[in-house]
Amino acid sequence: MEITRQAYDDLVAHCIAAAPEEGCGLLEAGPDGVAMRARPIGNVDASPVSYTLDPAGHVRALYDAEAAGRHLSAVFHSHPQGPPVPSPSDVAGALEPEWAHVIVGLGGEAPEVRAFRIEGGAVTEEAVVVVERV
Amino acid sequence: MTATVRIPTILRPAVGGDAEVEAAGSTVGEALRAVGDAHPPFASLVFERDGSLKRYLAVFVDGRDARHLRGLDTPVGPGAEILVLPAASGGAG
Repeated sequence: MEITRQAYDDLVAHCIAAAPEEGCGLLEAGPDGVAMRARPIGNVDASPVSYTLDPAGHVRALYDAEAAGRHLSAVFHSHPQGPPVPSPSDVAGALEPEWAHVIVGLGGEAPEVRAFRIEGGAVTEEAVVVVERV
Repeated sequence: MTATVRIPTILRPAVGGDAEVEAAGSTVGEALRAVGDAHPPFASLVFERDGSLKRYLAVFVDGRDARHLRGLDTPVGPGAEILVLPAASGGAG
């Protein structure tokens, strides 16, 4: 998946700020498919080991994206203590096969960001390509 | 009255693959039950046996959370948009 530097930095910053709880949100992409805006959304679980996007924030992000001619392209969340790989609950909770699932691992010396497609229980990693744009 | 019901990806197989369906009803519950009457698999995924909404779902009417209105009894006007939203969740577990 391709993501702008700003969106990448914003999602990582949100996850760091949310620690020790999991941070989460959605990514908006433009018609070219490049994720260009991170939308931090409240984690109603307020938990270090799980997240559920606040539905109201989810809907606002959806309508805002559509009004701007964009679409939601990915969901992101953090694993504050663990590696950025999908857990069984990440796989079970995956709802949108069209979305990338971005996980920010905060258990190492520096944040690690990885992305996956999850469809029908099958997990496929895809490269995260940061696009430098003004 | 007819409302537009937006169907999330995960529920689309239950309505034949459509992203939106038109449904008659004067309340959210009536409109969703109308979709369920036309597509029984949808009803079993959306409603509990007692007729309440499944806990993993939220419903928005023209962008407003029906839980903060009158729930399934929330009135819907002509051309209203009903958005069925499954909870996006997961985590390190």
